[in-house]
Amino acid sequence: MELICPAGTLAAFRDAVDAGADAVYCGFRDETNARNFPGLNLTRDELAEAILYAGSRDVKTFVAINTFMRAGSEALWTDAVDDAAALGADALILADLGLLAYAAERHPEMRRHLSVQAGAANADHIDFVVEAFGVRRVVLPRVLTVAEIAALTRTARCETEVFVFGGLCVMEEGRCSLSSYATGLSPNMNGVCSPASHVRYRREGDETVSGLGDFTINRFSKTEAAGYPTLCKGRFAAGDERGYIFEDPVTLDALSQVDALAAAGVAALKIEGRQRGRAYVSRVVTEMRKALGGGGEGPPLAVERGLLDRLSEGQHTTTGAFEKRWR
Amino acid sequence: MGPTHGPRLVLGPVLFLWEAPAWRDFYFRMADEADVDCVVLGEVVCSKRQHFHEPMLEAVVERLKGAGKAVRLASLALVTNEREIRSTRQLCAREGIEVEAEDLSAHHLLRGRPHAIGPLVNVYNGMAARVLAARGARTICLPPELPLASIEAIARDVPGIDFEVFAFGRVPLAISARCAHARVKGKTKDTCQFVCRDDPDGLPVETLDGQRFLALNGVQTMSYTCQSLIADVPALIAAGVGGLRLSPQRCDMVGVAETFRRVAAGRLDPREGQAELAARYDGASFSNGFLHGEAGHRLVPAAAAAGLRD
Repeated sequence: MELICPAGTLAAFRDAVDAGADAVYCGFRDETNARNFPGLNLTRDELAEAILYAGSRDVKTFVAINTFMRAGSEALWTDAVDDAAALGADALILADLGLLAYAAERHPEMRRHLSVQAGAANADHIDFVVEAFGVRRVVLPRVLTVAEIAALTRTARCETEVFVFGGLCVMEEGRCSLSSYATGLSPNMNGVCSPASHVRYRREGDETVSGLGDFTINRFSKTEAAGYPTLCKGRFAAGDERGYIFEDPVTLDALSQVDALAAAGVAALKIEGRQRGRAYVSRVVTEMRKALGGGGEGPPLAVERGLLDRLSEGQHTTTGAFEKRWR
Repeated sequence: MGPTHGPRLVLGPVLFLWEAPAWRDFYFRMADEADVDCVVLGEVVCSKRQHFHEPMLEAVVERLKGAGKAVRLASLALVTNEREIRSTRQLCAREGIEVEAEDLSAHHLLRGRPHAIGPLVNVYNGMAARVLAARGARTICLPPELPLASIEAIARDVPGIDFEVFAFGRVPLAISARCAHARVKGKTKDTCQFVCRDDPDGLPVETLDGQRFLALNGVQTMSYTCQSLIADVPALIAAGVGGLRLSPQRCDMVGVAETFRRVAAGRLDPREGQAELAARYDGASFSNGFLHGEAGHRLVPAAAAAGLRD
């Protein structure tokens, strides 16, 4: 299985390559990608440099252009596709049907991957994008159990790729407007979820209150670390329940599922975290590379669990939808 | 329908789990009394609920057709397991009735035949709409988070398609493999005992400061607010929208349709229409922020009602 690693900066990109990634994915510095954060992502020149660096070490570069084109401003997205192609990217990671059609028509020779943001959760959906746009690989949404991934991968007419480590969407990707309901800005339209521009913290007595837009997302006692107010990982009240009603502040760690995913025929494993720093990317990639058995020679090395645990936000991890009991 | 009608009124599928007799009686009443042009039926949110209404589906379809209404059958929004795949394939193989695809697998199964696209399929621009149109989509209900400028640009860009917007009802904001509704009641998706049945209008979610925020509907998370685009109807008509979708809530839906009809036909001032809706859905708070490019929970006052036509 290939190991696909994130890079939000040129430095992190080089680190991911050096640490043993088979491919590194990145995006342009604008709303055409789903990690449109201030100071993050690559300019055209940086992408050119990144592709050169990766190519010389036999590592591939994937470019995520995976938000949905704003009607009337489509050129921002189509130019991104044209530029990624011209700079020699190995694959485009796309979600918008119109952009997929554009890429298939203008750059038929370029590999097209379906982004997780397209939410393709079954073989008939995958059939559609293979038939209509010649998609070669689908990144699966985080709604499937390992058994469902195996069944899907058996029947899918293209490769599958799954997220195994990093931030975890609780909702099906690409079909979530929670962020824009609270703030006006969404992953689909703006490439942001629970954006920092709308986050505020305030003190109330002994408590720290985190908010997003007009809404309180969490309250922390003085013994708790005040986490970032990602909407679906806040504490709320519903019925008689008060607490993390959607999901605890956990990150995905499906290292324990790697063998099962290999047996399922999954082509590639993906690490989330283009917004992470160099050290994080480098260490996670190194550990994951060990887990996959560095380069296929000899048995996999023991993974340093403690390190991966410490790298996870809030120190808690989950295997998420991979196991049915999560539901 | 004559030109005085304005855009079509489309009754969306009941997104909640209603007890079977209540579900059937609701549709019988809508067939007999509601002034809507089209009714969309079927379980969209959770495949575990499908068996409740299937035995009475055909009777409801006949009653609606007999009352002169167009009928569509909606597919599941999230299709992951073998049973869901099979049920979607069966639905899309049906002849003689229009199917509304709520995910792209259904669209694929319907390719080459006329069909509709539901609001949970991502159509953010004209190029995407054209992809679907080329494979048989005739009607597209646009995603609720789209601002008016996008709706206008898409409708202008793809004149052959009839575009609908989500004009009334709690907005479906997200769907998950995990059931938060079951979990807050101490169950899981597999052991849910259909607890979502106890909240036929959704289970409100409040912040820890008591702000009303969201609503749970099984695996779906919805807005706490009821979206109402009634004050924006003149702007939607001007933007080229052909259909207004009314999503059933536990309120006077016959009356809601009647109010929308009069506003859509230019017989009632949109601001008065909003006041009427408030009376017909007691206790609801309304929003239209998405349409105005703002946070979706906000209610933006109509700039000025575009006035009565004629």
